[in-house]
Amino acid sequence: MLPIEAYLVLSAVLFTLGALGVLVRQNPIIIFMSIELMLNSANLAFVAFARLHGQIDGQIFVFFVMAVAAAEVAVGLALIVTIFQARHSINLDRLNSLKG
Amino acid sequence: MLFEEISSSAPQFFSLAPLIVFFPIIGLLINTFFGGKILQSGPAGEKIVGWIASAAAGLAFVVSVLLAISLINYHDGMKVPLVEWIHIDALKLNWAFQVDTLSVTMMLVVSGVGTLIHIYAIGYMHEDVRHHGDPSRFRRFFVFMNLFIAAMMILVSSDNYLMLFVGWEGVGLCSFLLIGFWYDKGEGGIANAMAAKKAFVTNRIGDFGFLLAAFIMFTSFRSLDFDIVFGRVVEVNAIYPGAIFAITAFMLLGVAGKSAQIPLYVWLPDAMAGPTPVSALIHAATMVTAGVYLVARSSALYVAAPEAQALVALTGAATALFAATIAIAQFDIKKVLAYSTISQLGFMVAAVGMGAFAAGIFHLVTHAFFKALLFLSAGSVIQGLERGHHHLEHDPKLKKLVKQEHHFDPQDMRNMGGLRTKMKTTYIVYMVGTLALAGLFPFAGFWSKDEILAEAAHLNPTAYGLLTAAAFMTAFYMGRQIWMVFFGKPRSPAAEHAQESPPVMTIPLIILAILSALGGFMNLPFKGFHQFSHWLEQTSENFHAGEFVLSVALLSTALALLAIAVSWWLYMRRAAKLEALPAAKRPDDPLRQILGPLFTWMNNKWYIDELYWAAILNRYVDLARFLADYVDWRFWHDWVHDRLLVKGYNLLSRLLSVHIDLGGIDAFANGLASTTQRLAASLRRLQTGFVRNYALSIFLGVVIIIGYLVLR
Amino acid sequence: MVYLLHPLTLVTFLPLLGALVILFLRAEQKNLARWIAMLTSLITFVISIAILVQFNPQNPGLQLAVNLPWIQVAEWNIHFHLAVDGLSILLVLLTTFLTPIAILSTWTAVEERVKDFMVFFLLLEVGMTGVFLAQDLFLFYVFWEFTLVPMYFLIGIWGGPQRMYAAVKFFLYTMAGSILMLLAILWLGIQQQSFSVPELIAKGGIPADLQIWLFLAFAAAFAIKVPMWPLHSWLPDAHVEAPTAGSVILAGVLLKMGTYGFLRFNLPLFPSAALQLAPYMAGLAVVGILYGAAVSYAQKDVKKLVAYSSVSHLGFVMLGLFALNPLGIQGGILQMVNHGLSTGALFLLVGMIYERRHTRDMNAFGGLWKVMPVYGALTLIVAMSSMGLPGLNGFVGEFTILLGAWGAGSTGGPLGSYWFAGLSALGVILAAVYILFMFQKMFLGPVDKEENRNLKDLNWREIATLLPIIVLIFWIGLYPKPFFNLMAPAVDQLVAILQAASVAGLP
Repeated sequence: MLPIEAYLVLSAVLFTLGALGVLVRQNPIIIFMSIELMLNSANLAFVAFARLHGQIDGQIFVFFVMAVAAAEVAVGLALIVTIFQARHSINLDRLNSLKG
Repeated sequence: MLFEEISSSAPQFFSLAPLIVFFPIIGLLINTFFGGKILQSGPAGEKIVGWIASAAAGLAFVVSVLLAISLINYHDGMKVPLVEWIHIDALKLNWAFQVDTLSVTMMLVVSGVGTLIHIYAIGYMHEDVRHHGDPSRFRRFFVFMNLFIAAMMILVSSDNYLMLFVGWEGVGLCSFLLIGFWYDKGEGGIANAMAAKKAFVTNRIGDFGFLLAAFIMFTSFRSLDFDIVFGRVVEVNAIYPGAIFAITAFMLLGVAGKSAQIPLYVWLPDAMAGPTPVSALIHAATMVTAGVYLVARSSALYVAAPEAQALVALTGAATALFAATIAIAQFDIKKVLAYSTISQLGFMVAAVGMGAFAAGIFHLVTHAFFKALLFLSAGSVIQGLERGHHHLEHDPKLKKLVKQEHHFDPQDMRNMGGLRTKMKTTYIVYMVGTLALAGLFPFAGFWSKDEILAEAAHLNPTAYGLLTAAAFMTAFYMGRQIWMVFFGKPRSPAAEHAQESPPVMTIPLIILAILSALGGFMNLPFKGFHQFSHWLEQTSENFHAGEFVLSVALLSTALALLAIAVSWWLYMRRAAKLEALPAAKRPDDPLRQILGPLFTWMNNKWYIDELYWAAILNRYVDLARFLADYVDWRFWHDWVHDRLLVKGYNLLSRLLSVHIDLGGIDAFANGLASTTQRLAASLRRLQTGFVRNYALSIFLGVVIIIGYLVLR
Repeated sequence: MVYLLHPLTLVTFLPLLGALVILFLRAEQKNLARWIAMLTSLITFVISIAILVQFNPQNPGLQLAVNLPWIQVAEWNIHFHLAVDGLSILLVLLTTFLTPIAILSTWTAVEERVKDFMVFFLLLEVGMTGVFLAQDLFLFYVFWEFTLVPMYFLIGIWGGPQRMYAAVKFFLYTMAGSILMLLAILWLGIQQQSFSVPELIAKGGIPADLQIWLFLAFAAAFAIKVPMWPLHSWLPDAHVEAPTAGSVILAGVLLKMGTYGFLRFNLPLFPSAALQLAPYMAGLAVVGILYGAAVSYAQKDVKKLVAYSSVSHLGFVMLGLFALNPLGIQGGILQMVNHGLSTGALFLLVGMIYERRHTRDMNAFGGLWKVMPVYGALTLIVAMSSMGLPGLNGFVGEFTILLGAWGAGSTGGPLGSYWFAGLSALGVILAAVYILFMFQKMFLGPVDKEENRNLKDLNWREIATLLPIIVLIFWIGLYPKPFFNLMAPAVDQLVAILQAASVAGLP
């Protein structure tokens, strides 16, 4: 059995990849995938700790996170579709109407 | 009332009593809902609608006869309760029918005369529709007539004052509807509607008196039931002295309204705007006698209040004379009869006022016969003239005779004359009615009027004097009418071509004529007779038979003959002489030549209507306008509310906003706002609008926080 | 959860459900909105009939109560307390009865923003029913004020040309009175540690001089709503500008909230003040009767005539209530129903002719009976009911009221003078004057205006709106016993409270 650190390292790597993706990419769909990546890295950490401590709580949290993620994607994709219909583009850098 | 008594074998039909109301109601419902279809179904439709209504009235008459038969064996009569009405606290009122000799007498008159008039009206309304078009009015007429019979039956058969009042106002409504039956006719198209309104409102003034009487009665007697009230008269008179006087005096106001007595008689002459059968049934034979019935029914109360009795007797007697003076100088055939009705009602009211209750009711019955007869015959005369006029207008040869410039009035007696050869049946029955009304032996009016005069002679000499004078005038104006209408030469082309009415109209006339001629024999004032008085005595001991006083009878007969002779001299001899004068100088009435301006006053009804308008009605209109326009609208609505409150508040708020708010508070608030604005302007530069910028800052923030937590 | 299915909760809040459903419709779905509103109000009416069936007329007290703690902060002890008794059951029925009729009357009259109209109308019903059922002062106040909002919009959006003026005036007038009532309610609730009406009545013991102030504070709200003379100035504006259905409900139900308030709160809560002030209240009522009748007579606008006649009719109701005896109070309650029926019907009738001719000026009509016989006949019946023709409903109420007031006028009675009843009886004459004037102007005489010659008579929908009312007009006039039976024990109980106070108040 792998030591706990291995899981945590993998989780941290995935999280960092996700975070970088969110920051550098312009396509919101890619950004979404990156966010998914971050969420799942957290899930990985949860499961690893649950296993380590022999408790079920962490695994339950994972389910919550997955549910929330699904809802978030649904709302997000709906937004993207609407935005696309309105502006015929989903390039994030062109969506700056909130500029003060 | 007494069920044990009803065990004997003689038949009794008391439980049928409610049917006297239900039959007419069924009739009117049938005609309301199906009458329109029936009328459209064909030429027989009119007859069917008319006969349904007549049958409804006729069935009510049959029931009344059955009730009368029952009463022969069960003198005390019976109360037939139908259903509870208002039960609150001590107030316990039922829909219940009081069957006794007095109420059954009224029922017989109402339904009997009513049925005859319904039948007559079938012919009359047929003519009306023929002359004026609009066939739907046929149904409307008979619906209202049935409604009237129902309401009148409620009035006469109730066992308490409030149910009586239902009928009392119900007949008032029917009177309103039927006076205004030709609601688009009359002067300016609105006169008939105005007359209807006048009748209703005047009656309401009387009803106000009735209501107050009911209030006082309930507070002193704790009941409105006839039996209970009459049973407690002595007791109440001891506890509340004056209460009974107040009740009876206020009731007199109601009587004056319904029975057209001074000072509320003014509506009845105008009521002649209605179709003639209505004038006969409602405004002569039945409804207007309701006041007499009320006093007679309340005899126990009136006997206990002698002052009220005197008041009633004098009101009646004064009305009798006063109305007779007006009747002398009218030209409209129906107006003469209308004032005659007021005068005769005065006789009845005077009679019941001085305690001659039986005589009053007796006169009520005979008057119903002969006055209905007179009105219906007058209607026949009018339609005869209209037929003549119609004939002229549509006959090319005769057309030139019709004066185009002025409207032909078929009710004006100056357009009549010589009708006795043109309308034979009408002439004969009219003569019977006239003789009965004038009080000549042996017609019905002689017996009943003489009974009143004989009673008055010893009960109330003032009233006796007034009534005798009125009786003289009665004979005079009836004589005048006869000479003007039926004798002499025709005074208009229409009168020359007048035609007799159809049998459906003349047969009821003949029946009524027979009743008018012989009706007096039901109460001959001799020992061993007095059947009618004894019949009424079964209801209350206050109805006692009158004495026959030969001197009174001779005097009144002599006066009547004299009056007719005078009228003959004036309207036959003198009028013939006046014919010779050129038309411009010829007076329209020989009496005018003698009386001069007095005649004009009498012709204009002593200007009482004008007085009422000037003194009361216009004042009320002014008051209402003043209250509505000035007090309520300009002062209260516009000034107090719109100006004082709204404008005042606006002023206050402007004061607050300009000086206090803008000067003080606002300046402070503005300072606060501009500072905030400046701060915001510098901060807004941070808002780039790029999502990833925000994400980056969030990230950095998180990193900083975590870094702090870790490195702390 | 079981409380949600309680008949009283259902009857109050079912229209709210209907309003929610209508909110989900699109604006073009006019007919669907109408049908849903109609259906909801009809079901509400059926529920109220079910309440009537469960109601025990022999029981003088509150029945079918729902009582839940609602706001319990500090010494505030506010309950959600609905219950019905003999004083209110008829008014609840009147509300649920008139609402579907009013909705039916809008079928063709309201074409703009139908959906919003129906929502407001149903919300209004919630408020009105709540007012009649609430047995907690605070809850009552909430419902009381709640009715203002939908009515404000009904007048302000669908009203006549002066609608904003009328709506604002209506709102402010009623609000101004309510503020005083709110103060009195808070004082009572805090001082007596209860907002519950039955508890407060049972407790009693408010000193007589304080009672007067509380009485007046409550009366301020109710008298404006009734409206009692001279606080009636908002009424003609509101009535004239309101759409027909709004007028029907305004006259039929909203005004009754004022008289009901006197009956439910002023009389039993402050009996000694009621006894003391009865002559003054009755005096204002008498002035209102005569004044309203005289002013009606001088109107040209038929809707205004009917509006002022309400001032006169409600004067009768107030006179009856302040006769403080069973006859007067029972007559007063019945007269509330009668006025709701006959004046409601009059407004419906005015609305029908307005829809055809777009004017309410009586001079523009004349001879309508000839053109529209059914309309004429129905108007005649309603007009006769309004002027108190015996055999129809108005008379039964007026007569018992006047008889009660006359009885109260005897020496030692609450009014102490026969003048109150005597003068009000004059109102009977004046009523005939203005009603017959209206009838003659509009229906009699020749058809002399070209526009009137081809008017269409009533259609089946219009007859259907009037028919239920006319049936009741006859029913109450000929056989009012079931109606009196419903209220008699409750009124007797109320009179007993007043009598106890008058005995206690004797020197």
